[in-house]
Amino acid sequence: MRKACTPSKFVADVMNKVPPSGIRRYFDLASGLEDVISLGVGEPDYVTPWHIREACIHSLECGETSYTSNYGLIELREELADYYAAKYGVNYNPNTEILVTSGVSEALDVAIRAITNPGDEIIVVQPSYVAYVPSVMFAGGVPVIVSTKLENNFKLTAEELEAAITPKTKAVIINYPNNPTGATMGKADLEAIADVVCEHDIMVISDEVYDCLTYNGGHTCFSSLEGMRERTILLNGFSKAYAMTGFRMAYAMASPKIISAMMLIHQYSMLCAPITAQIGAIEALKNGHHEMEKMVRDYDRRRHLIVSGLNRIGLKCFEPKGAFYVFPSVESTGLSSEEFAERLMNEKRVVTIPGNVFGEAGTGFLRCSYATSKDEIEKALERIEAFVNGL
Amino acid sequence: MDNKTRHVLECLEEDAKISHEEIATLAGLTIDEVDNIVKELEESGVIRKYKTVIDWDLAGDENVYAIIELEVSLERSIGYLPLVERLYRFPEVRSVRLLSGQYDLSLTVSGKTMKEVAFFVAEKISTLEQVQHTTTHFVLKTYKEDGVILHEQDHVSRLPVTP
Repeated sequence: MRKACTPSKFVADVMNKVPPSGIRRYFDLASGLEDVISLGVGEPDYVTPWHIREACIHSLECGETSYTSNYGLIELREELADYYAAKYGVNYNPNTEILVTSGVSEALDVAIRAITNPGDEIIVVQPSYVAYVPSVMFAGGVPVIVSTKLENNFKLTAEELEAAITPKTKAVIINYPNNPTGATMGKADLEAIADVVCEHDIMVISDEVYDCLTYNGGHTCFSSLEGMRERTILLNGFSKAYAMTGFRMAYAMASPKIISAMMLIHQYSMLCAPITAQIGAIEALKNGHHEMEKMVRDYDRRRHLIVSGLNRIGLKCFEPKGAFYVFPSVESTGLSSEEFAERLMNEKRVVTIPGNVFGEAGTGFLRCSYATSKDEIEKALERIEAFVNGL
Repeated sequence: MDNKTRHVLECLEEDAKISHEEIATLAGLTIDEVDNIVKELEESGVIRKYKTVIDWDLAGDENVYAIIELEVSLERSIGYLPLVERLYRFPEVRSVRLLSGQYDLSLTVSGKTMKEVAFFVAEKISTLEQVQHTTTHFVLKTYKEDGVILHEQDHVSRLPVTP
């Protein structure tokens, strides 16, 4: 008789150290409920603009169903290079410095793996997107957390960054506009970070997936700062700006050495991003600007609505300048983030995400997405108000 | 146009019933600012009218619509305007447009029955001196009116929580 197998014995040790996403738990809890208003959704509530969908349909009708270059379609990379040159004044060679990936999540994973040796420290600025810490751990790196604070509008300061750097530090992951806080960093803020980065000779992985979603002022692309182009792995995608989450379409931009290292992993794991989605991305870059601007103006109005509503209710909330999240404090209620979110969901059927899911720095806060209709936001605010008044 | 004005116009285009207080909240303005912007837009004629898009079929009061294409003759030194001014005063005429191409003008005409519309065209439009030729297309169904889809909307099916 053959020896019985114990599958758990074969699971790599790191898997036991990485906790499941806290968001996943809320997904499971919310899935069984009816009459739910969800502020837990981190994606646009628009369908991808029709002309983008139409370009994909036409490409399928033409039989464009093949693999593409590992780097992605050269037409897409050229469009991206032109777009960055025009918008941010930063030039990337479409042949050697751009890699098209399946979502920013893949770009992030590949970027971290491409630069991390076992034991290297990667600084993660929190509150942050839930994938950063696990991605560092999967790569054999050591995540080092830097917590940002409400009193600094959740901006990373040069002092905080410098204090976390050790001889083992390889890179820092930043994400502005930020998920979950909606915080942005202006040019002067980023210049101070750039000084520290150069001084200590580390890399920056800059996740700029919300770059188009800024209000009252534009976005500063980190690699456009003097001397930062070679030190930056710039990640961005089409999900948020063009309402293309299901397309899984993104890209990384960096110096040729870094991109070729990333491409090696991408080549052997993903091979290439789906061609249909790449065709959609080309159309988005060529003709999507107008629709995108309309969506951003609409988010802007919802942002005002939800910020003023939450402040009125007594859930103190700074005014985010980017992305489509607000990050109100629930401390005034005496409840923890998790108690508040769970009770709000069970008693009033409003789904939000507790801030501590995004790291310790998010303790005492909630993430509420306003990428949902004005009517839903108004209904959610009414229910939150009733909940808070009933405490 | 500045961003504040665009926000105000988009709010009003979306919902003509919206209050100035609501616009102020949505656009991050004070109520006085909204009052002033709206007043200016009304006075300058940018805002022509506050209107409701109604699905009359759904309301159970069905109207018949027809698109009438007109070929017209123009006398020297007299443009389209005298004819257009006569046309747009008929209450049956909902819209008047000057076109390029084979026809000169396009009218949208409404009536209670096809017969009513047909008689209106035959008696009031075709008999006008400058009108050389008319082609009438009856509207069988309206799927979109003034930018509002009457048939069905794109449905976004999202998970209640996403990563």
